[in-house]
Order: sequence, then C-alpha cells, then structure tokens
Amino acid sequence: MSFYSHTRKKQPNWSDYLAQRANAAKGPCLERFFAQSALPLDMPIGEAPLVALDMETTGLDVNRHAIVSVGLVPFSLRRISLAQRRYWVVRPSRTLSEESIKFHRITHSKIAEAPDLDTILDEMLATMTGRLAVVHYRHIERPFLDSAVKARRGESLLFPVIDTMSLEARRHRQSMWARFRRWIGRPPASIRLHDSRARYGLPAYQGHHALIDALATAELLQAQVARHYSLDTPVSDFLS
Amino acid sequence: MDVELLEIREHMGRFAPFDALPDELLDEVASQVEIAYFQAGTDIHHYGEDINDLHYIRSGAVEIFRRNGTLYNRLSEGDVFGQFGLLRNQRVSFPAKAIEDTLIYFIPYPVFTRLCEEDDNFADFVELERPRLEATVEQHHKNNDMMITRVRKLITRRPVMIEASASVQQAAQRMSEENVSSVLVFSASAGVPQRTFIDDDGQQWSLVGILTDPDFRTRVLAEGLSADVSVSEILSERLITVQSDESVHEAMLCMLRNNIHHLPVLHRRRPVGVLHLSDIIRYETHSSLYLVSNIFNQANVKGLAKLSANVREAFVRMVKEGANSQMVGSAMATIGRSFTRRLLELAEEELGPPPVPYCFMALGSMARNEQSLVTDQDNALVLDDRFDPEQHDAYFAELAKRVSDGLDACGYSYCKGDIMATNSRWRQPLAVWKRYFSEWIDDPSPERLLHSSIFFDLDGVYGEESYVEHLQDLVAEKASQSPLFLAAMARNALSRTPPLGFFRTFVMEKDGKHNNSINLKRRGTAPMIDLIRVHALACGSRAQNSFERLDDIAKTQLLPKGNDDRIRYALEFIAMVRIRHQALDVEQENTPDNNIEPENVSNTERHNLKEAFHVLSNAQKFLGFRYPMPRQR
Repeated sequence: MSFYSHTRKKQPNWSDYLAQRANAAKGPCLERFFAQSALPLDMPIGEAPLVALDMETTGLDVNRHAIVSVGLVPFSLRRISLAQRRYWVVRPSRTLSEESIKFHRITHSKIAEAPDLDTILDEMLATMTGRLAVVHYRHIERPFLDSAVKARRGESLLFPVIDTMSLEARRHRQSMWARFRRWIGRPPASIRLHDSRARYGLPAYQGHHALIDALATAELLQAQVARHYSLDTPVSDFLS
Repeated sequence: MDVELLEIREHMGRFAPFDALPDELLDEVASQVEIAYFQAGTDIHHYGEDINDLHYIRSGAVEIFRRNGTLYNRLSEGDVFGQFGLLRNQRVSFPAKAIEDTLIYFIPYPVFTRLCEEDDNFADFVELERPRLEATVEQHHKNNDMMITRVRKLITRRPVMIEASASVQQAAQRMSEENVSSVLVFSASAGVPQRTFIDDDGQQWSLVGILTDPDFRTRVLAEGLSADVSVSEILSERLITVQSDESVHEAMLCMLRNNIHHLPVLHRRRPVGVLHLSDIIRYETHSSLYLVSNIFNQANVKGLAKLSANVREAFVRMVKEGANSQMVGSAMATIGRSFTRRLLELAEEELGPPPVPYCFMALGSMARNEQSLVTDQDNALVLDDRFDPEQHDAYFAELAKRVSDGLDACGYSYCKGDIMATNSRWRQPLAVWKRYFSEWIDDPSPERLLHSSIFFDLDGVYGEESYVEHLQDLVAEKASQSPLFLAAMARNALSRTPPLGFFRTFVMEKDGKHNNSINLKRRGTAPMIDLIRVHALACGSRAQNSFERLDDIAKTQLLPKGNDDRIRYALEFIAMVRIRHQALDVEQENTPDNNIEPENVSNTERHNLKEAFHVLSNAQKFLGFRYPMPRQR
C-alpha cells in the first residue's frame, strides 16, 4: 500500500500560504480560519492549541465517496477537554453503501435526517480556528474536506496538520532499526490507530466513530510527545 | 446519552463509586471529563500543588505517597485519587506518580461537588469525615431485618397470668382455656424490684416465674405431686426475660444461650407477652435454633459428630440471610458451647458425678463469642480448691479427654499449642489458676504474654461458672494496674500487621511487594482483636466480646474520640469478608480457610478492605504510643 511507504517531503511554507489564503478568501469564516490558523512554527508544542479531527467517509476514494460524520476534540498536551467536543452526522451527496453502514454504525434514517455539510461548515471551522489540526492519516481528512468545501464554497480548504500516523511511521517505518527489520524479513509494525495506541499502553476504544477516533488521536499525540519528544519541541517538527 | 461517550461512561460505570450513580449523573460526568496521558515514571502531581479535579485511572497504574515519601497506596484501572485534596483546601495532600503508562480521566471540581451533593453514596465514598467503611457496615445493618426488628413486633397477645398461690390444676385449666403453652406466674408480695409492676387497677404485682407445658410432666406428674400443690412450690428459681425493645436477634440469642423455648417479654417492668421459639422461627427460619436443640438430643459422640455438616449449613444460611459478624460469631460460639456441654453431660453420665466441683472454661474465640467455621478448640478446667491430684485427677483427665476427642470428632480440631484441658498444666484448681494469672501479669515473658493473649479471653461453659468469674475479676483488676504488663501486651499486639491493600490480582505489602493471597485472620481480625484486648485490659473491662470491649473502652479516654467507632467498623468489615469467603468455600465444596484471593474480592470490597487495613494500621501505631514501656523495671 502506497501510503505506508510514504517518505517525508519538503514541508510547504504554511505561513505564507495561509496569509495569502486569508487575503483571498471569499467567506468570512474561511477568512477568519486562515487568518488565525497560522501558529508560529517555533511555538513549543506544549503551548499549542490543538484540535483532533476525524471523519468517517463512505469509502476511501475522494471522487466516489463522501463524508458521513465529523468529530472534533479541542485539546492541548496538558488536557483533552471532552466538554468542548463537537460531533456531526452529515448527509453525503452520494448514496451510502450497505457495507459502510455496518462499518460506521450510522443508519439510513439517521443520515436521512442529517443536514448537508454546508450547514455545519461554519460551526466546524469556528471550532478549528486558532488551533492546529491533529489527524491520524491525513490522506483521508485533508482531500475529503478540501473537495467537499470546493464543491460548496468554491474555495479550497488546505491547512497544516500533525499526522500521528506519520509520527509513528518515522519511528517504525523510516528508522534504521525499521529498515533493518524489513531487511531481515520481519513484518513491519502496524501504525494503524489502534495498534499505535497499544504501544503506548493506551486502552482499546471502539473504533470507527469520528468523535471517538478523534479522542483516540488526541490521546495518542499526548503519548507520542511524552515518550519521544518534549513539551518544548517546536511545532514545526511535527508537521507533515 | 451521546453514543460517542459510551466508551467513557461504560468504563466508569463498572467501578465504584460510579457504579451506583444514577444514569443522568453518570452521563453528566462522562460528558465533562478531561483527559491526559502520563508516561511511566512521571509525576502526576506534587504535594501542596493546586488540585481541581478528581482523578480517575482509565488505564495504567499510579502510586500515591505520604508527605514523608512512604508509599500510601498503589492504584490501577478504575481507582480514583485526589479526593482528599479536593475536600480539604484544593491542594494536593498525597503526591502521585505514574508507575506505568497511564491515562487519567479528570472529573472537574464543579462536577465533583455536584456528585457529592446529589449522591450520598458518592459522598460516602470520597469523604474523609465519614469513611465508606462505616457507611457500608451501616448499610448492611439496615438491610438486616433481624437486627432492627424489635421483639414487641412478634408479640401477638397479652400474656396469660396466674397467681403463685393457685394450684397447678387451676394453672393447667387456665392454660387449656386460653389455649397457650405457658403461663406467667405473679404474686402480690414484693419481689425483685425489676419485675415489680402496677396493673391497671393500681395493684402492685411481682413477676416470679413462668410455667410451661413440660413442667407439668417433669415437676408434677414425674415427681408424684398432687394436682392441689400450689404453683409457687414447683416454680423454677431461674427466670430469664427480655425487654420489648430488644432486637429479635437478641431474643433469639438469649433463647439459644439458655436453651429455653419460652421467653417472657417485659416493657420496663410490666410483662407484655411471651415469646415462643416458634414465633422467631416463623419470623425468620433459622436453622441454628434447631441445631442447638438437636445437639442436646444426641445420645453419643457419633450422633454429635453427624451434626457437624448441619453446622456448616447453618453458617452458610446465616451469611446468606445477611447476618452480621456478631450474629454469626455468637451463634457459632453458642453451637460450640452446646457441643461442649453435651459432651460433658455424656461424660458425666458414664463416669459418674465429679469428685469435686469444676468449671469447664472456654478460651479464645468461643469465649469472645466470635467463632467462625474454621476453629480449633482452646479450653481448660478450673477445679475446686479441694482438688487432690492423687485422688481426683484420673477422673478429670478422663473427662477432659472425652470432651477433647468428642470436639475433634465434631470438627473442632485439637489445639496445636496444646491449650486444652487434657494438658495437666491447664487442669488445675482455682488457686493455681489465680497464681498463674498473677505471675503472668506481674512478670511477663514472651511465653506468658502468649498465654495471656489466649487465656485472657475466658468464659465458663459448664459447671461452677463462678470460678471463671473470679478469674475474670482478677484479670480485670490486676492488669489495669500493671503498666509494664500492658506495655508488653501492646508490643506483642504489633507483631502481626495488615497489608497495605490490593493491586490488581495481588495483595500489596507495605514495602510494595506482592502476594497471591492473604490470611484475613492473621493479618486482619486477630491483630485487631489483640489491640482491643490491650485497651480492654487497661480499662478493667470484664467483657470478653471485642465489640462489647469497645463499648467499655469508649466510656474511657483511652482512645481519641471517634476511634472506637472506626475500629468497630473495620473489625466488622474484615470479619464479615472472612465469614463470607468461608461461606463461599463451603458452597463450592472447598475446605473453608482464612485465606482470600484478591481475584475473588469485588471492587467495592477491595476499597473497603484497604480502608479497614488502614484503620488497623493506625490503631496499632497508636497502641505503641499509648502504652510505652515504663523506664525502670
């Protein structure tokens, strides 16, 4: 699978990008989001306001599948605050397959009552504004969100994220030790959310719920920083 | 409820005190939780820091320390900490450190206070002022009808009464008319003040006895007396009564102890009814009653030995019916005494009457009325001072042997320390016993201290019980005047200590080591009983039962205020866990013992046991301080 052998690309210049987008933004929400999301790259991670983001989709292909639910958990490395959690079920523009219903435990009737992503987008952006997003495997959240926003607002939505899966990959896929293991034919360590959490002694949660996965991702980042970094490590070291 | 919070809510709902929260409160807690991860080896908080949340361990393990750095507790999944700091001044009282990678759920202070206000059970659990142990034991009492139901509730009719001057025939006729099996006898002459009362017409009467159906057979017909003889002539001198506000349980014990079936009930001094054994049985089927009467019906040791299975059944049934440790302990002791008495009766039938009077003396748990299912025999013989070994000892040696062998056959195994009347050292006239006891108190040595801790729980079982009362008086008077003896006993009482608590499937010792099981007698009830005995000796209490001793101690200044209650609840709780586990052993057809394995201890039980151990530990520390060694010997 291609994303497992992902290598670190050169980081885009996020501050310039965000500043430019803030100037060009058409809607006030997006403008505010871009204007306030540019955290100084040398800010210590321990001081950074963060928000864990997870989405459930009807499938993996951004061209054929759509978003069904979004979970947001604002947090810092000191505390994860459940009281500030946000969770929405949204009606996908494309139909929901039977398999994905079983997978996400979201039923047809619930989806039928749900609003379109457009109606919750402003609230969602407001919750994320001023916070650095944290996801586990950015190649779902980022393209799906970007494409959904483009379709509704005619603007692209790209922003910097911390990807906890990439942080795991750095340890377990790209280190000398990992290469050595691969060379002697040992199977690579799993960097899926559940397996990564287990390595840090974090409890097993019921997966495939956007809010629980967002919470699980927030806890994982706390654990990763506690074990491999420090609260003083600059934010730039974490961006993918 | 938001489905997304089920993960958190369901986890908390499995652990005390959250398991008892109403759903809406639990939802509220789950939705307000904050979360943080602590890597193994990191400090969670330091002494004196601000604390604004109750800490709940979602996964991992945490050690809690005292201010002086010693280990206070080790906690794991589902445990809470930080409540002491929250309740005091919102400063950390006990520093905490993660010893494994740990995920903590924080319950913010406003939610914590709301829980304390709205849920008594939660408040009981976290509040220092009212330890949860106390609440648990009280709850247990509340749930038990027999403990709180008053005797008067079982009285269905006014007593049938007759004057002592009436003839026995008149009495029998009266009983037939009224269709009763007993009649209360009173006289117009002044009698015992406690039983003198004034009736509705202003006439003064005095209750002098009770006449029951079998009395007509044994005291009239069998003796060849005429129907005209007056009631007063055949009346037994012994009259046992109960007050109407006593508990049904107390009345039941009174019948058991005295082996009687009719019990006159008084309201202050006035008789208000007669309680019959069947009234209690109807009220609460209780096999220990049948068992005792069955014991006295056995004609030989073989018959008695067969009853030991019934003893186990009676034990399990009492536990299931929710009896507390005092009820179980005294019922079991009563059964044990009944076996002993019956064995003595049988031995006397064969050996003939004793050459000099004697008293058969129970020691240890039987004397304290705190017997359990796992017990050996501790007994001794106090003989009349006219005892001459040459002439009389053969008789008493044989008597002792028969009782001891009989008890062993009935499931009361021989005493490993040879504290039995079969040992000639413990088969002595009263004067020798007095000398023994005086020497032990005046000049304590390790062996004598050991003896003191066994022999100073003593009670007469059969025979001239006044001998044992003399000895009880001697101990009560002499020990309290002997600081050296008290100090030595206190030191001795500290030899067995409780563990710190539990950690997962282990028993945790104070040095942090783990064990797979714990002997609740050796590490819990026995050291508690030992320390209560020291205080009881110091205040000259004549009580033998630990709870009655605590009543006496509470009247003095020996313990700081409130400590006697704390000790009472802790002892009750540990004793009850031990009893429940023995009942479980019997039900699962295992040999009951004093060990419990942590995996068989429920979560709430763990919390309470830990607290009880803590009370014991503190009480032991205080004991050493209260009875210091005198400077000069």
